[in-house]
Amino acid sequence: MALLADLFQQKKNILSIYFTAGIPNLNDTTSILNSLEKSGVNLIELGMPYSDPLADGPVIQKSSDVALKNGMSIEILFKQLKQFREENNSYSIPIILMGYLNPVLQFGVEKFCMTAKSLGIDAVIIPDLTPEVFEKEFQETFRKAGIVNIFLITPQTTEARIRKIDSLSKLFIYVVSSAGVTGTQANDDFKEKYFARLQSMKLKNPLLIGFGISTRKDFSLACKYAQGAIIGSAYIRQLEGAKGIEEITPQFINSILHESK
Amino acid sequence: MWQVNNDGYYGEFGGAYIPEMLFQNIENLRGNYLQIISSDSFQKEFQLLLRDYVGRPTPLFKADRLSDQLGTNIYLKREDLCHTGAHKINNAIGQILLAQALGKKRIIAETGAGQHGVATATVCALKGLECIVYMGAEDMQRQAPNVARMRLLGAKVIPVLSGSKTLKDATNEAIRDWISNPDDTYYLIGSVVGPHPYPDMVARFQSVISHEIKSQLLAATGNENPDYVIACVGGGSNAAGAFFHFLENKKINLIAVEASGQGIHSGKSAATTQLGSIGILHGSKSLVMQTKDGQVTEPYSISAGLDYPGIGPMHAHLYTSGRATFLSATDQEALSAAYELARLEGIIPALESAHALAALSQISFRPQDVVVVNLSGRGDKDMAAYENLYEPELQ
Ligand SMILES: Cc1ncc(COP(=O)(O)O)c(C=O)c1O
Repeated sequence: MALLADLFQQKKNILSIYFTAGIPNLNDTTSILNSLEKSGVNLIELGMPYSDPLADGPVIQKSSDVALKNGMSIEILFKQLKQFREENNSYSIPIILMGYLNPVLQFGVEKFCMTAKSLGIDAVIIPDLTPEVFEKEFQETFRKAGIVNIFLITPQTTEARIRKIDSLSKLFIYVVSSAGVTGTQANDDFKEKYFARLQSMKLKNPLLIGFGISTRKDFSLACKYAQGAIIGSAYIRQLEGAKGIEEITPQFINSILHESK
Repeated sequence: MWQVNNDGYYGEFGGAYIPEMLFQNIENLRGNYLQIISSDSFQKEFQLLLRDYVGRPTPLFKADRLSDQLGTNIYLKREDLCHTGAHKINNAIGQILLAQALGKKRIIAETGAGQHGVATATVCALKGLECIVYMGAEDMQRQAPNVARMRLLGAKVIPVLSGSKTLKDATNEAIRDWISNPDDTYYLIGSVVGPHPYPDMVARFQSVISHEIKSQLLAATGNENPDYVIACVGGGSNAAGAFFHFLENKKINLIAVEASGQGIHSGKSAATTQLGSIGILHGSKSLVMQTKDGQVTEPYSISAGLDYPGIGPMHAHLYTSGRATFLSATDQEALSAAYELARLEGIIPALESAHALAALSQISFRPQDVVVVNLSGRGDKDMAAYENLYEPELQ
């Protein structure tokens, strides 16, 4: 897990971008990855599309629909990732796979973990895999392959449970910023109180904050209390536009990382 | 051995595969439901409402002309005579009392045929609670009378435009609502699906059906045990209720009937046990219709209540263990069975229930057999389909 561990050792204000693999076109994955890496993104969460994404709002739902219609699958995604890593000889940007449990189960959990590892992937996020089920059914397989499962906490998660999740977690904890599906905006007051509460808990794992982060202001607020933040829906909305990836990505990433002049 | 275990599983099926956003609410339910529903005050109000509001016990009716035609003894469990026209109200009453006990003020539900939506809107009116029902846009069209009923009862019906625009998608949308409103909202699920403890909870509330069948059969025949119990399966709540008290007695044949739409292998079917494999849908592990990549496929049935790509985990266990026999009926077979019941017994069944009736001709009964068919609902909501598709030459 060198890539990710190094990142969390070395970097503050980590910017992580989520996008669904297979949009706008099936084979755009590698160009999007390249454009993100070049634009100064620190971490990429690559979404594996699913027909029934329960925790996702309209933007990511739609992106999953498009990706599936384009023919995306875990198998194809792994081929694209292999190509990306080989072409660029690029094992420098950390990539996390994110998706729901059912497609991973059908692919085969062990094969999934081993293949991911061979592509320089250190961690996955599977929102409908609870810590309880993970411990009972999957921990061994993940451990053997050297893949870390990233857990989520939400404003509803109790302190005792946050501590439990902290003790189970490696690399980082994914903080869902508000009660809602992806793309939901909460008010800053609410978020700030929640983030401050987490900060004061002095957890052993670093935090990345996601859900409803769409602007430089959101990103900065998150970085005050956590080691970085994740942007998903806001970037995907850009990809839906008419402009090319080469143009969209640097523009969007700049708008997050730098004060507009 | 057929009931849920302490971890929330039926054999290998069930469990709670949920995002963390739902954990607190599901945990709250899991930790409290048994204690609440077994308390005296809960049981007292539940039983009273089942009697005075729902109109229970529903009759067990010996269908003589149908029995003559099939050369056996057919009894119809008349859930169609429940207030609001289907068994769904049994569960809605139970869960609304539970929601109240948990202090929740806002009720959300999914609905396919609209019967569960109507039942939920009804109990919300009864208790003065806000009600929001998610319904696939496609289902809103084919079950329009139920949409009007829900609105009249004060519920807000939200059309769901994603996916196949049917029950599966309405369920997704209801779950997303719950994720977004975790504090004041209760999700009132309409079938024995969803994460533990929902399947067990809904089965318990529906178990009144088999409880009544036992005492009614005893009075009618001198034996509380039938030879067959037959019920249709969408998610499986009416079947769970009709089977519940007969599960342990292996001499009793339990027959579950799925909707095969235009034929099991037509590509337009909802026969989950025939077409599905082990997977996760709506928070539990069960049999699911899916591609080899694990994408859930779009089911089809003329009956909105059976148009679902999964079945409850209890039924997946009954199927794989062989405890229940799973048959299926096509759209046409269900329509014919509905016309037949109307002509022979003067009862117009719901399209869902007509699938259970259609299975009668697939079984060879002995003259002395006692066969109970769970008539889960009435056909008022399906009159448009019955009129449009009426083909006399089928008779
Ligand atoms: C009359 C009737 N029967 C059966 C069903 C199917 O549901 P279940 O399998 O949960 O009983 C429905 C669902 O809407 C219904 O309205």
